[in-house]
Amino acid sequence: MSSDVNSSDVNTGVTIPTGNREDEIQVYDLHKSFGDLEVLKGIDLVVHRGEVVCVIGPSGSGKSTLLRCVNLLEQPTKGRIFILNDEITDPDADVDHIRTLMGMVFQSFNLFPHLTALENCSIALTQVLKKSPAEAKKIAMENLHKVGLGDRGDSYPLKLSGGQQQRVAIARALSMDPELMLFDEPTSALDPELVGDVLSVMRDLAADGMTMMVVTHEMAFAREVADRVIFMDGGVIVEEGPPADVIGNPKEERTRTFLARVLDPTHVHTPDDEQPDRSRQSGPTDPPVEPRPHRSRLLGF
Amino acid sequence: MSAITVEGVRPKKKTSPRKRAQRIRFVQYGVLALVVLLAVLFVDGRQVSSAFFRLDLIEKTLTQGLPLAFLNTLAMTGGAFVVGLVLGTVLALMRLSQVAPYRWLSMIYIEFFRGLPALIVLMGFSLVSLAFPGLRIPLDPYGTVWLGLGLVSSAYIAETIRAGIQAVPKGQVEAARSLGMPSGMATRRIVLPQAFRIVTPPLTNELVALTKDSSLVYVIGLTATSFDLTKYGRAMSNTYSNMTPLVIAGATYLLITLPLTFLVRRMEARGARAK
Repeated sequence: MSSDVNSSDVNTGVTIPTGNREDEIQVYDLHKSFGDLEVLKGIDLVVHRGEVVCVIGPSGSGKSTLLRCVNLLEQPTKGRIFILNDEITDPDADVDHIRTLMGMVFQSFNLFPHLTALENCSIALTQVLKKSPAEAKKIAMENLHKVGLGDRGDSYPLKLSGGQQQRVAIARALSMDPELMLFDEPTSALDPELVGDVLSVMRDLAADGMTMMVVTHEMAFAREVADRVIFMDGGVIVEEGPPADVIGNPKEERTRTFLARVLDPTHVHTPDDEQPDRSRQSGPTDPPVEPRPHRSRLLGF
Repeated sequence: MSAITVEGVRPKKKTSPRKRAQRIRFVQYGVLALVVLLAVLFVDGRQVSSAFFRLDLIEKTLTQGLPLAFLNTLAMTGGAFVVGLVLGTVLALMRLSQVAPYRWLSMIYIEFFRGLPALIVLMGFSLVSLAFPGLRIPLDPYGTVWLGLGLVSSAYIAETIRAGIQAVPKGQVEAARSLGMPSGMATRRIVLPQAFRIVTPPLTNELVALTKDSSLVYVIGLTATSFDLTKYGRAMSNTYSNMTPLVIAGATYLLITLPLTFLVRRMEARGARAK
């Protein structure tokens, strides 16, 4: 953060931005409580243009809430958030307009089931950006091609696999030609064999220079693609820095404990993360392996 | 009774489940056979068929005014359903509104009309000119029926649509809003289309109920050209002192309602498969 465009407010000690286009997301002293539960306890964060920031941390650490506060899906209890030049937390802000500047990708895809993949991508173009149907269709098609689904434009979401649905969701967000993209655990609801396609689309996006803020559990992805990794726990940022430092050589004890659990899942005994060990599966004394619940079925009616 | 809980006694005294099921089934067939036997012995078939199915009256009923009565029933039901649907959607949105007085108003409306017999509402509407001299509901008697039955059904429809709206996952609104849609647009373009798809089966059931409720219009004093099926069947039955016209009228209702219920069942089966 360069000091010539940001002036420090002496009274509060908070850096008040003066509108730096290079800082796409600026978060200052962000607090969020749900009832008595304080989920975010003062987050300061700047995401620069073209930067890929991965947010990692245990569940309940507030990382998804942080992301959802950035586009005001959650109303912060306290603090200020700037997107490009606009303060989205300003009560007078045109939130709908600011949201068109950032694409959001959800864990559960949230595709519109009553619209085809193409219509999912084009509806906001015609309705919000007031583009002509022909132009909207063209843009939507381009973005479906970009995520490798140019031939599935006429398919309804429920006819697509989880990985395809998530790629349509990415295309839908990209169709708005956003300045930055927010990803909220985009691969957590996917069957393991479908994760790769989605990650490779995201990798391409990052290579194209898209500004990205990604809440994820995919450590390999974070390590490879992220410019900066943020480790959150208990509603605060515990550690941040280049992935080689935060993931490769964490300084904080909490980071180390978390990574040890995530990177070596055989030692984890949470039922959600545990994969049955193949060599033990055939053992005669072992209880039958319970089928894992199918988690991609989160959408639909 | 407590003896059967003593170990070792219970399994010996009890017949096997399969034997018991067989015995129960035997009794059921026996009762059925007995009823049929009694019917054959004591019911005078000729008397019954001449009271319910007289061929000449069937023909008279079909040719004299049944098509018109059929159309009248359809028109009354259809119009009332449209009124109910529009008003019901508005009420459902009010029920879910951020503005508290809207919520109260729609709740009061819904509870009021759900708690009232449709017959009384219809009577009220037919006498509305007593309270407002000079006020004429247009398209009489259709306008009266549409308003009366429409207001009543809108209360039920509102609750159905509210449930449908609430059944649309929250993520749908979030996705729409994150694309920059204002909340009204998100409701119109994303939530309502899905809500209506969810509530199509229950709404069709509402249409079936409304079709039958349209028979209540007999209280508002119809002229012969605006007779609905029930009124027509009853008039004919009174004229000829015979049940046959009413039977025909009833069968005509089934002609409307049975395909609809069949449709609902198919939609529900399809919905269940899509899950």
